Amino acid sequence: MRRGELPWLRASTWEHPVTPAKVASLAPRLALHGISKRYPTVVANDRIDLTVAPGEIHALLGENGAGKSTLMKIVYGVTRPDAGRIEWEGRAVDIRSPADARRLGIGMVFQHFSLFETLTVAENIALALDGRTSPAALATRIRDVSENYGLPVDPQRLVHSMSVGERQRVEIVRCLLQSPRLLIMDEPTSVLTPQAVQTLFETLRRLAAERVSILYISHKLDEVRALCDSATVLRGGRVAGTAVPREETNESLARLMVGSELRECRRTPQPVGDVRLQLRDLTLRSVDPFGASLNEISLDVHAGEIVGIAGVSGNGQRELLAAISGETRAPHAAIRICGRHAGSLDPAQRRALGMSFVPEERLGRGAVPDMSLADNALLTAYHAGLVRHGLVQSEAIETFARDTIRQFAVKCGSERSLARTLSGGNLQKYIVGRETRLDPKVMVVAQPTWGVDIGAAQLIRQALIDLRNRGAAVLVVSEELDELYSICDRLAVISRGRLSPARATAELPVSTVGVWMTGEFSSASVTHE
Amino acid sequence: MSFEQLLPILASTVTAATPLVIAALGVLVSERAGVLNLGVEGMMLMGAVTAFAIGVSSGSLLLGYLAAIAAGAGMALLFAVLVLTLQTNQVATGLALALFGTGLSAFLGRDYVGTPIERLPPLEIPLLADIPVLGPLLFHYDTVVYLSALLFVVVSWFLFRSRHGLRLRAIGEAPAVAHSLGEPVIRIRYLATMFGGAMSGLAGAYLSTALTPMWAEGMSAGRGWIVLALVVFATWRPLRVLLGAYLFGGVAVLQLHAQGFGVTVPSEFLSMLPYLATIVVLVLICRDPKAILLNQPASLGRGFHPEA
Amino acid sequence: MMSIASPLLAAAAMLLTGVILFSALGKSPAAAFHVFFVEPVASLYGVGELLLKATPLMLCALGLAVGFRANVWNIGAEGQFITGALAGGAVALFAGGLGIVTLPLMLLAGVVGGMTWAAIAAFLRTRFHTSEILVTLMLVYIAQLLLSYFVHGPWRDPAGFNFPQSEAFEDHELLPLLIDGARVNVALLLALALAAVSWFFVSRTFAGYRMRVAGQAPAAAAYAGYSDKINVWLALLISGGMAGLAGICEVAGPVGLLSPGISPGYGFAAIIVAFVGRLHPAGVVLASLLMSALYLGGEAAQIELQLPAPVTSLFQGVLLFYLLAADLFITFRLRRVASAPVEPATAPTTVQVSTSQ
Repeated sequence: MRRGELPWLRASTWEHPVTPAKVASLAPRLALHGISKRYPTVVANDRIDLTVAPGEIHALLGENGAGKSTLMKIVYGVTRPDAGRIEWEGRAVDIRSPADARRLGIGMVFQHFSLFETLTVAENIALALDGRTSPAALATRIRDVSENYGLPVDPQRLVHSMSVGERQRVEIVRCLLQSPRLLIMDEPTSVLTPQAVQTLFETLRRLAAERVSILYISHKLDEVRALCDSATVLRGGRVAGTAVPREETNESLARLMVGSELRECRRTPQPVGDVRLQLRDLTLRSVDPFGASLNEISLDVHAGEIVGIAGVSGNGQRELLAAISGETRAPHAAIRICGRHAGSLDPAQRRALGMSFVPEERLGRGAVPDMSLADNALLTAYHAGLVRHGLVQSEAIETFARDTIRQFAVKCGSERSLARTLSGGNLQKYIVGRETRLDPKVMVVAQPTWGVDIGAAQLIRQALIDLRNRGAAVLVVSEELDELYSICDRLAVISRGRLSPARATAELPVSTVGVWMTGEFSSASVTHE
Repeated sequence: MSFEQLLPILASTVTAATPLVIAALGVLVSERAGVLNLGVEGMMLMGAVTAFAIGVSSGSLLLGYLAAIAAGAGMALLFAVLVLTLQTNQVATGLALALFGTGLSAFLGRDYVGTPIERLPPLEIPLLADIPVLGPLLFHYDTVVYLSALLFVVVSWFLFRSRHGLRLRAIGEAPAVAHSLGEPVIRIRYLATMFGGAMSGLAGAYLSTALTPMWAEGMSAGRGWIVLALVVFATWRPLRVLLGAYLFGGVAVLQLHAQGFGVTVPSEFLSMLPYLATIVVLVLICRDPKAILLNQPASLGRGFHPEA
Repeated sequence: MMSIASPLLAAAAMLLTGVILFSALGKSPAAAFHVFFVEPVASLYGVGELLLKATPLMLCALGLAVGFRANVWNIGAEGQFITGALAGGAVALFAGGLGIVTLPLMLLAGVVGGMTWAAIAAFLRTRFHTSEILVTLMLVYIAQLLLSYFVHGPWRDPAGFNFPQSEAFEDHELLPLLIDGARVNVALLLALALAAVSWFFVSRTFAGYRMRVAGQAPAAAAYAGYSDKINVWLALLISGGMAGLAGICEVAGPVGLLSPGISPGYGFAAIIVAFVGRLHPAGVVLASLLMSALYLGGEAAQIELQLPAPVTSLFQGVLLFYLLAADLFITFRLRRVASAPVEPATAPTTVQVSTSQ
């Protein structure tokens, strides 16, 4: 895959308040010695050592599944280690619960936010504070802290009415109210626009200048090189190495993370064919009170191209995907598949028109967890000769499953393995394989490589490009800008239920995408080619 | 219709509603914590038979009531061990509890069928009871009726004004999140479940010692299930639970009095009214999926395991 | 392995509980064991009774198992059993002169009667998102009152000494017996045939596959485009129809007329049978025999050991608890032994009191 430097994050543009030399001279705030954690199928952490100095911004780098989250859960007291020692400011500690961690001065901002949707900001924050602050006093403190750090939040708002960016602010304010001396940030930028990332970095630097240590978990190399003083790289549950990110290149860090050279996807320009998937003024009110409504969305996807939809999560991606797949119905004329109106068709009827779909959720939606891979082939491939006269054709199903497993290099016991026993990457390969082998005219993919290791991600992206080369129309919805830039011919941005115009990726600067993510694309000329 | 005619109807509405109020408030608390216990009918019957048996044999209704509360809580504890610790399916386990409680109560109560018991006496509040109109309407009930009013106040305050109530609601909303913040999810769910059981037991005790002072197999006649419907109808809010319970009490009483008013419908059809009413209110409230989605504790009925 | 082990474990625990209980009641466990497990099979008549009582349980539980697998919780089989009996009974009472077609017509009416009752729940669930658990249950009480109304009122036998029961059915309105000297009738064959059909449906047809997917992963079913409404309707019509068939087979069999006491809780016991049978047709057949033995033993225990009647229903509840516990016991052991990550044993996906997701 391409790991091009993203211009808004060039390391040289940042200054660092604490130099590594100064850091090294102080007693560590947190020191981990030989931390190990085993799960039935996997050793998540294997004798991990890690040291963070006061005021240091320390990156914890690693691929999905490298053991970053487990390690942080151990530090925050959510999970107990099987072996190893934790030292806090020079003395050994036993962190039994998040409450313990907070008493020590450890705060954590989770990747998947730990907020309660139906409660207010103040109630959410009150839950994390162990003391007994009166609601009124708490509201004042929330306002003070949020103003002080430039993180505006309204204490009385219900969380479900807030955007993901606002929710992250709540999480950070919640941590800051406890005056933490170590702040753990788990993949914080995946929910932010490029501009918001800059604001976040400024806040973090300011905290570091106030001697707060920061453990920054990420797999985004540009960010780590821009922000962090030092880095510990995990691979397969072990420490693969440590580095000073500013002295490294993306390639050298990636090598440390993956253990081998990265390959790039090959995509050559090609002429496009007729419109295969067409959205015209798709407007849909959300049934889910916590969901987003879609507003006049228009988009054409042609045969032989990959169109990407970028955006911060929670801006209508889920609703748009459901409307395209047929899981929610839309006005009949708003969606055309291969020229036929399809808005009011159900998913099975849309499949019959030539559409395939890879959902974001693999276990439970894309596959039935407690069924075998063979039985899971039948889930959507029933038209491929797997059912005759209403009867299930076991042999045909097993053959289909075996071929898919072989063709897409799915690592599993056999076609009889249960779907839930596969790793995320392998299950995703199987699902993408199943949908691809149906020879779709239109392929819609949500978060193709979310939580997938780099090897599998590479294979999946190549499979999508191959499909495009064979003349299919491919629509990819993803929150990973890198990924979209590497595989898409054209790119659009979704924000607050509205979709920007789609532009050729090569001519679309990242800065424009960033502006679009905030919803500012009304000025961009809306043209339908 | 004169006040003298109306008064007994209103008064019996209150007593008919009381067991529903008590059990539904208990169920409300456990469902707010995310635990769906379908075994209310079984817990109520256990409460009813325990209160009756202990009340008759010891001569003390107070002792009977305490035993009923303990019996309900004990049944709920059994459910909690299976569902919370052993992670069984909540629906299947709840059904098992309902069937088990029905069987066990019938078994334990076999010698008490036809035994008389003294009805829980009304609490004559001096002075207040003598106020015209209001006196007979509000101040002639037994202790448990006033207890149910107190319970309503306490549960409302607890859920929406206290810190522990906030923790309980948060756990029902998103147990995994609560766990990551360090809340003892399983322990609090245990307590909430047992509170629900205790209140179901208390409601059952009221059935067999006050509403119809006797013991008969399956005497709760579906009230445990009606309570479950009531909580849905109330969209998990205490005030609506109260209103709903009184509505049901009214329907149940009307059915008894209908023949007195010269209604000539066969008694079986009148007896169907509470069950029909349950279906009707469920339809009315569930018609709008948003109303449910916005109010239903998000994790209701779903298992949670700290290590998963 | 677990699918067979845990019912056996549950049955063993059940036996032990029985021994303790009988000892506590001052009865000899050996005598009780004899009454429960030896006597029913000691004579041809005994075996016949065992099979006779197993039949309605089997019919109800087969239907329920299909529904439970599809995550549709019909717990009102008792009500559908009664409406099936009522509908079929109506044919016998008012169209008895049709000769040889009367009996098939009664069975058909029974199926339709059960289906109609379940269809109410299906309609309310698919149209208004109303929980089928609560609706089917409320309909049990309504069906019981309906039955009571008919046998106390319009359908009461004028020559019946004021007993609340209908006229007795005539011979051609009764199911033929299988063998002389026992009361078991052809309904057993029907039930066994339906067990085979049900196995075929669940494991070999695409419709059965879709229902399994809907039960295990509703989101996957929606993603694949399987209709949720069809799933709910099918599950309720199948289970309702089977319960209705059980009802008419009971009144056109051993009972021979309509009366308030036509079901000793078969519809509820069938829920337990379905679970103990692991929601699998073969398991259901075996579990219904076990449950039937419990019923017979309970009856015999009342007469011969002077045990209280509710001992049967107590045993049913205990058995289901033991099954759930045994499942878990085995799952946890497996989890520790095997290396595969095992999901917490939340059997089929959870349901909620309201069905909107």
